[in-house]
Amino acid sequence: MNVKTQFKEGLLTKNPVTVQLLGMCSTMAITTMLFNGIGMGISVLIILTCSNIVISLLRKIIPPKIRIACYIVVIAGFVTMVDLLLQAYLPSLSESLGVFIPLIVVNCIILGRAEAFASKNSVGASLLDGIFQGIGYTVALIIMCVVRELLGSGTILGGFSFINNGGGIRVIPEVYPALLVVLPVGGFLTLGCLIAASQWLMDRIETKEREKEEAA
Amino acid sequence: MNLFTSLMSISLGAILVNNFILAQFLGICPFMGVSQKTGTAMGMGLAVTFVMGIASAVTWAVNTYILIPLDLGYMQTVAFILVIAALVQFVEMFLQKAVPTLYQALGIYLPLITTNCAVLGVALLNIQKSYNFIESVVYGITGGIGFLVAIVLFASIREHTEDADCPKSFRGFPIALISAGLLALAFMGFSGMKIFG
Repeated sequence: MNVKTQFKEGLLTKNPVTVQLLGMCSTMAITTMLFNGIGMGISVLIILTCSNIVISLLRKIIPPKIRIACYIVVIAGFVTMVDLLLQAYLPSLSESLGVFIPLIVVNCIILGRAEAFASKNSVGASLLDGIFQGIGYTVALIIMCVVRELLGSGTILGGFSFINNGGGIRVIPEVYPALLVVLPVGGFLTLGCLIAASQWLMDRIETKEREKEEAA
Repeated sequence: MNLFTSLMSISLGAILVNNFILAQFLGICPFMGVSQKTGTAMGMGLAVTFVMGIASAVTWAVNTYILIPLDLGYMQTVAFILVIAALVQFVEMFLQKAVPTLYQALGIYLPLITTNCAVLGVALLNIQKSYNFIESVVYGITGGIGFLVAIVLFASIREHTEDADCPKSFRGFPIALISAGLLALAFMGFSGMKIFG
């Protein structure tokens, strides 16, 4: 498996959020500000890459019957490290992500990749898989954040303490934004539209490829 | 009186106002995955309620009597997930022996509960909100009931919308998510409720 197909799979054709439909809890819960989305995305990327490497290294030692428990212990270890690091260095992010940082343990993306990829492939391939799947997740989070923040609070780039003290840049005057979009309802609606958009995009790519084949 | 009102407000909060699925986004994976049929949704909801109640009790005890005295608070996540995984395994074995009919009804949903974030979520939230033992158990069980209500409602909506004629890109998951959004909108109506002042 080469790097280019892995990259394409992580970003589009096998995107963890829009195609594999994994890890939806955090995708909908924390995507109200760009800063949260990027923070969550990078945390998951790091944990996913580390756990993929370790599980791939241990894949011949772990007995198949108790593999899920072993994976969970490895993942929980990395999650605890990231949780403690965030509490120490980025307390504001840690506070706004709240319970969703420890909940990365049960984020299906990480367990799913451990089971479907890292337990069957070499360390190098698992490392790349972790990075690309992590990027795919982060990109999906960023899209959700930008849309919800713009429509729901009327700002962009919110949460970064150096821009306007975390308030972000106001694009839509304060009276117009639809608060609904940053509430839980908006999470479901935005993710529904995002998945629909990605299905439409992949459908189009497929039709184009088919046309090319027919022409050739 | 105080205990009663606090328990009432925890229960109503967990079932309606701060529903685990529709307001807190915990347990979305089984919510989307196991909601094609009302019957299976019911089974999943009952299994989750059961495990959430027991998990709240056990994790509370583990935290209070083991982790805090030994000053191991930072091991919470690891300890809780292990406790929950072991617990689910025990519940499975116990039901298989003691109540085989229930065991068969729950079937494959039992092992899946380990990775349900509502279960780990309720354990962590109990600690975060510093509930005492009774409050934790009540929060766990009523949170589970909230999950049950939401998943059963959602499954019956999905059974009806399955054959609906919607744009091609929206078929399948997207339209299900949008129905879930509308259900969440309906549940938002409860957020105006004031419970015992």
